[in-house]
Amino acid sequence: MKAKVFVSLKKSVLDPQGKTIHHSLQNIGFGKITEVRQGKFFEIDFDSELTRKEVQAEVEKIARDVLTNPVIEEFSYRIE
Amino acid sequence: MKFGVLIFPGSNCEHDAYHAVRKVLGQPAEFIWHQSTDLRDCQAIIVPGGFSYGDYLRTGAIARFSPVMGAVRRFADRGGLVLGICNGFQILLETGLLPGAMLRNRGLKYVCQQVSIRVENVRIPFTALAREGDVWTIPIGHMEGNYTLDAESLRSLERNRQVVFRYCAADGEITAGANPNGSVANVAGICNARGNVLGMMPHPERASEPLLGSEDGVRLFQSMIRSRS
Repeated sequence: MKAKVFVSLKKSVLDPQGKTIHHSLQNIGFGKITEVRQGKFFEIDFDSELTRKEVQAEVEKIARDVLTNPVIEEFSYRIE
Repeated sequence: MKFGVLIFPGSNCEHDAYHAVRKVLGQPAEFIWHQSTDLRDCQAIIVPGGFSYGDYLRTGAIARFSPVMGAVRRFADRGGLVLGICNGFQILLETGLLPGAMLRNRGLKYVCQQVSIRVENVRIPFTALAREGDVWTIPIGHMEGNYTLDAESLRSLERNRQVVFRYCAADGEITAGANPNGSVANVAGICNARGNVLGMMPHPERASEPLLGSEDGVRLFQSMIRSRS
């Protein structure tokens, strides 16, 4: 089973990289963009013996304890 | 005072820190490998600058899980002095020994320059020999020094006098122009509530001999030594 984890900066945290990308996109003609936020993406493969529920528990723990810094980041995930 | 200088894969300021405390200040010092859980009777621990674990994932995020950091946490809980410099500061934030987090510098560039910092709190062991309002010249060199914290936690940090250093103009004034990285409230260094753990982005070990252009960093090490003698 595979988990896809998306990590992004919280809305309340300024994202200087996203802002710079946004400005560049505007400069090359993509004028209708209102905001860009940059984040991280992880693909994690799990042992096939694990149940979906077990994978879910593992992913949440990994994302909470390691992949994000809860002061500035939040995460979402999908299991496939 | 015996200093322990931690080494992680990717640390690159450990020899500078060792040189400053051992050669400039004449104190016993020893390197401690990240796999060790024995702090060898050191009375102060320096978490040095560099790029621990290549700064992969987030700065300091992997180093936090090193065996040595468990020992450092217990040492700090007992009141031991812990000084995190640059990447060391980032590691202490990830470890939770200090509050807040680091973002990429506001200008998105690596910033390497001499800066002025104002000493805001002299009631802790790290600055006991300074006077409040003293301006120190100390270099910085980092990409992620844009300190951030939610508004309520920042108020509590300010109330407890945990902001130890702020970026300032040469005359000591706290201005937006003197802020090299976008750090909230011009924060350059903070301590924990108890005052025995300090994290700072400027490098005091790189300001410890006349040849380096400033000796202001020496006062920090001297303060630490004095506090335990």
